[in-house]
Amino acid sequence: MLWEIDILPRQGQPDRAAQRLAHAARQLQLADSLEVASARGFLLQSEDLSSEHLKILARELLADPVVETARFARLGDEALSAPPPTWTDKNGSTVELLHVLLKPGVMDPVAPSTEQAIADFGLPRPIVRTLRKYWLRGLQTQDLEQLRRRLLANDAIEQVVQGPLALDRIDLGRPYHFELRTVDLAGLDDAGLMALSRKRQLYMQLAELQTIQKHFAGLDRQPTDIELETLAQTWSEHCSHKTLAGRIAYQDERGERRFENMLHETIFAATKQLRERWGKQDWCVSVFRDNAGVVRFDDKFNVCFKVETHNHPSALEPYGGANTGLGGVIRDTLGTGMGAKPICSTDVFCFAPPDFESRIEDRVLSSQIPNPKSQIPNLPPGVLHPRRVMQGVVEGVRDYGNRMGIPTVNGAVFFDERYLGNPLVFCGNVGLLPRDKSFKEPLANDLIVAIGGRTGRDGIHGATFSSAELTHESEELSGGAVQIGNAIEEKKVADVLLTARDRGLFTAVTDCGAGGFSSAVGEMGEDIGAEVWLERAPLKYEGLSYTEIWISESQERMVLAVSEEKWSELEKLCHSEGVEATIIGRFMPSGRLVLKYHGESVGDLEMKYLHKGRPPVVREARYAPPPTAPLVLPDRIDYGNTLLRILGSLNVASKEWVIRQYDHEVQGGSVIKPLVGVTNDGPSDAAVVRPVLRSQRGIVIACGMNPRYGDFDTYHMAASAIDEAIRNCVAVGADPSRIALLDNFCWGDCQRPETLGSLVRAALACRDLSLVLETPFISGKDSLNNEFSYVDAKRNRVTIAIPSTLLISALGQVGNVSRCVTMDFKQPGSKLFIIGQTKAELGGSHFGLVQNLSGGQVPTVDPLAARATFAAVHSAIHAGLVAACHDLSEGGLAVAAAEMAFAGGFGAEIEVANMPVDREANHPAIRLFSESNTRFLCEVPSEKSREFGKLLADIPHAEIGRVTDTARLVVGDAGIAIINAGIDVLKKAWKAPLDW
Amino acid sequence: MSPRVLILRAPGTNCDEESAYAFERAGGVAERMHIARLLESPRVLGDFQILCLPGGFSYGDDIAAGRILGNQIRHHLADACREFRDAGKLVLGICNGFQILLKTGLLDLDDEGGSRATLTWNDSAKFEARWVQLAVAPGNSVFLQGIEEMELPVAHAEGKFVARDEATLAELHNAGRLVLRYTATNGAPSYPANPNGAMGDVAGVCDRSGRVLGLMPHPERFIDRTQHPRWTREPNRTTGDGLRLFENAIRYFS
Repeated sequence: MLWEIDILPRQGQPDRAAQRLAHAARQLQLADSLEVASARGFLLQSEDLSSEHLKILARELLADPVVETARFARLGDEALSAPPPTWTDKNGSTVELLHVLLKPGVMDPVAPSTEQAIADFGLPRPIVRTLRKYWLRGLQTQDLEQLRRRLLANDAIEQVVQGPLALDRIDLGRPYHFELRTVDLAGLDDAGLMALSRKRQLYMQLAELQTIQKHFAGLDRQPTDIELETLAQTWSEHCSHKTLAGRIAYQDERGERRFENMLHETIFAATKQLRERWGKQDWCVSVFRDNAGVVRFDDKFNVCFKVETHNHPSALEPYGGANTGLGGVIRDTLGTGMGAKPICSTDVFCFAPPDFESRIEDRVLSSQIPNPKSQIPNLPPGVLHPRRVMQGVVEGVRDYGNRMGIPTVNGAVFFDERYLGNPLVFCGNVGLLPRDKSFKEPLANDLIVAIGGRTGRDGIHGATFSSAELTHESEELSGGAVQIGNAIEEKKVADVLLTARDRGLFTAVTDCGAGGFSSAVGEMGEDIGAEVWLERAPLKYEGLSYTEIWISESQERMVLAVSEEKWSELEKLCHSEGVEATIIGRFMPSGRLVLKYHGESVGDLEMKYLHKGRPPVVREARYAPPPTAPLVLPDRIDYGNTLLRILGSLNVASKEWVIRQYDHEVQGGSVIKPLVGVTNDGPSDAAVVRPVLRSQRGIVIACGMNPRYGDFDTYHMAASAIDEAIRNCVAVGADPSRIALLDNFCWGDCQRPETLGSLVRAALACRDLSLVLETPFISGKDSLNNEFSYVDAKRNRVTIAIPSTLLISALGQVGNVSRCVTMDFKQPGSKLFIIGQTKAELGGSHFGLVQNLSGGQVPTVDPLAARATFAAVHSAIHAGLVAACHDLSEGGLAVAAAEMAFAGGFGAEIEVANMPVDREANHPAIRLFSESNTRFLCEVPSEKSREFGKLLADIPHAEIGRVTDTARLVVGDAGIAIINAGIDVLKKAWKAPLDW
Repeated sequence: MSPRVLILRAPGTNCDEESAYAFERAGGVAERMHIARLLESPRVLGDFQILCLPGGFSYGDDIAAGRILGNQIRHHLADACREFRDAGKLVLGICNGFQILLKTGLLDLDDEGGSRATLTWNDSAKFEARWVQLAVAPGNSVFLQGIEEMELPVAHAEGKFVARDEATLAELHNAGRLVLRYTATNGAPSYPANPNGAMGDVAGVCDRSGRVLGLMPHPERFIDRTQHPRWTREPNRTTGDGLRLFENAIRYFS
């Protein structure tokens, strides 16, 4: 029997879902007079529930009688189709009823919770599925389709049913009949191998397929499907980073260089060299090895940090992609060492502008972007609107992080049209790890134990899918790679895992991420061997094949290595908190990966072959500097108006709409919040958190990224991002000698030598800067193939590659958080000092963006000068001489001063003629808007300015003005006022674009 | 002897550690306990003087915030909780804990038609984290004695207090039960000073005895001065406003 219970707003209460839909429809100009009503629905399948039971459930469990009403009936009853009684009848107008349901098998966390809650009532436990219902009036038929596709549902995970629901059951799964499948490789030629790879969504390269073909020919047998899948997962770009860790012949203007392993010889090598240089003072603990990089924190704890990307899933299903992206990186923390406690998150997104359409005319003008492909005429097929992508991504991160109780303390949002079909979603997490729990080692004969969520058909082929280019058909092809997370399941896993760690109940742990069990068990058992009993894995529903069980990427699962004698205690602990724990195999000391299904061997691979058998990727990389052109300044510049336009540009504008949706204070350690100042809305440079409430020691989280610079030179882009991440940390008080970095490379198709060349060049900058600044990289990740292609109206294939994007994330430390400073002006009368040399570096600047200027010199970094500057600024902050400090980045001095002023609620008078500049930088536009690196603007109480000057003696710096109580920002150039603006006007411009 | 505090946690509870820390800073001895332990032996409650339902997303707030855990307590622990309160002990529900308390009946808000008040979706229809100013009318609330105003953060999606009707709101007001209200420095607290559109700007409610308090803001997030959003501009702050609430609770047993 199938029942439906509808929950409707009570008369006089707002119908928020309906309001939201109507508002969005108006935004899209779909309908002006659209009327909407909505309901939440629960489908209950049970032979044992009576209508009396339903009445109780509707009233006491599902509806809130103060604000809601409920109605129920058997599915099919016309009463369920009637619009809510609060709707006044209008004769003659048609009412459309639409149901939105998650597709069968997509995670619906509310359903199992509701089943459990019904059982708690002492009633028979039904099978539950949830839905949303909408009644619409005043919409044309063709608009209905638009509304359905663009606003109501995402085909990747949801289905829409128009009119009454006709279902007779909602349970899932059908019995599975075992049959061992092998794959015939023997007779295939190269074209045949590639066709096989595509058809099976393996996305392998020809050399790899040939190696496998030869390997099995040598064994005189065909591979089974599960063996082929295991190899494809393990050898995927996502799991093995084979391009960047591969052989690369690199050529740039200085000649040719060959790498055997590019990452090892650049970024890793720099960290290694630093650790050797430091000797006993080395504060790195575990780098480029575990799920996250680990560094020393205090005498009891280490901290770990990892940032991951979840780009392709977020392109198809923004909410689910971002949701599981954050869930995944939190599992990285839980799987680092013997399990770290997640203490804060950072989330950085790259989107196309949300006001995409209105920019079409401007696009022709944006010629300083050298890639002509950025001139996209319309929203291509298969692309979700950037506004919808942004909203979905923000909500996905919000709902996972907030539910897990992990504060999201830092982030950035960057806009460029080239992210249209391929947004970037970076999710990072910091963990706290007892020093004696920082390493793990599974032992031979340990049991392989899976804990957490069950395995379903969701998320099949995520690892290999991420190696593919996105196309407008991706949604149809790879829908299975899109998932929704269940944060509470992961919270439960985290709770028991950390308890089990402290009780010493396991010897090793790792997360199930891309590749599922196949990657987790394959990695953990690499040096031992493993036998897996696939039929033991708990399933969400019947019907999964042995291969699907092995490679499914269902969320919220961890794998532990557990000794025989600890198993029963672990099982008891998990059971006591409602977490499922299951033995699925054993780490057999065989050196082989043996996969069994009900006793029958379905796969048998040598661990050595699995992990070392992949042929090296050999790539060409070329870098040719783009032609340079001078940036020609206009004859007349309205400085005030330019400042307003930069403040109102999307990258600079306030991200308060995003930030306030994240809980940034849960766990109680918040010290410097993302928004600061007299009305709590100024942009902080970095976040500071106390992970141990009894201690005053803090961690500092910041990031640096500027893909616009990459259009000029990826070396300087990388150097600038590193400088920005570090100076953001230093600006709030972090000790520059204790900052660790992460790299996240998101690039286009690196089979093109030019694309790979620009990446190698960025990696070289990372190495160079890291060595001089003595700032080690401790972990990193790359995501290649970030391109979107589609067929346009003229049947031409169009490819949009993202701009080369390097995110640098920084993890700093501060000995005593009470020394930290924020960026808001504190006191009229204080003096203002600019620190650092200003150069003629307007290339890629926001000044160029709003003035429509191309060419120019992109900002560079002088690493030796940077090192000295960071140390000096830190010593001044540490000595308590600085009342406010802000780094200079997009928009340069003018934007920094404006932000400090409106955040603090005070004005400032600034004279730019006296600041330290290069000889060529002798123009007020450069002084005000150049984005030269390694610069700060500091507010110093006048009585402390002498001492401040002493500490900064060897660093270019100058007193350039003072804080005033006028609420105006007045900037003069040799005595002539060139900006005179009210801080409220500046703030309004800064807040307007994303004030949603 | 220091009062013992039971910090009840369930799947999705996530403010238990800092709530325990707050009670300990105030001089209590806090123990975090899973709901399953209490369901197994409700008599364990007798070992404690204070029961705290901390913030979080119990059971994911699936169906509605606090609904599932609230029902569990109502169905399986109602007697134990009532005995606890009637023995002169204290109950505190913060954020999700307040949402849960509303469903348990411990706040004396029910009649035969069910609860006469609820916490529903914010007017903004989304989760929001921000600091609010609170006007305190302590009445007989043990937790709030001697406190006139507080600044605390809120972080919730379903925190809008709605009474069944204006008469109910007036009755609660006259009975001194609406002990915490959102306020603004000048004039009536419009959004975002009232962050969710709560009727009567209500941020917290106590029961008839004054020993049960539910509130949406998070006092455990303002114990140390460096937790305040403007501590770098207001050097004279010493401790957090929230600490006094916990100290009141501990002192009640001394």
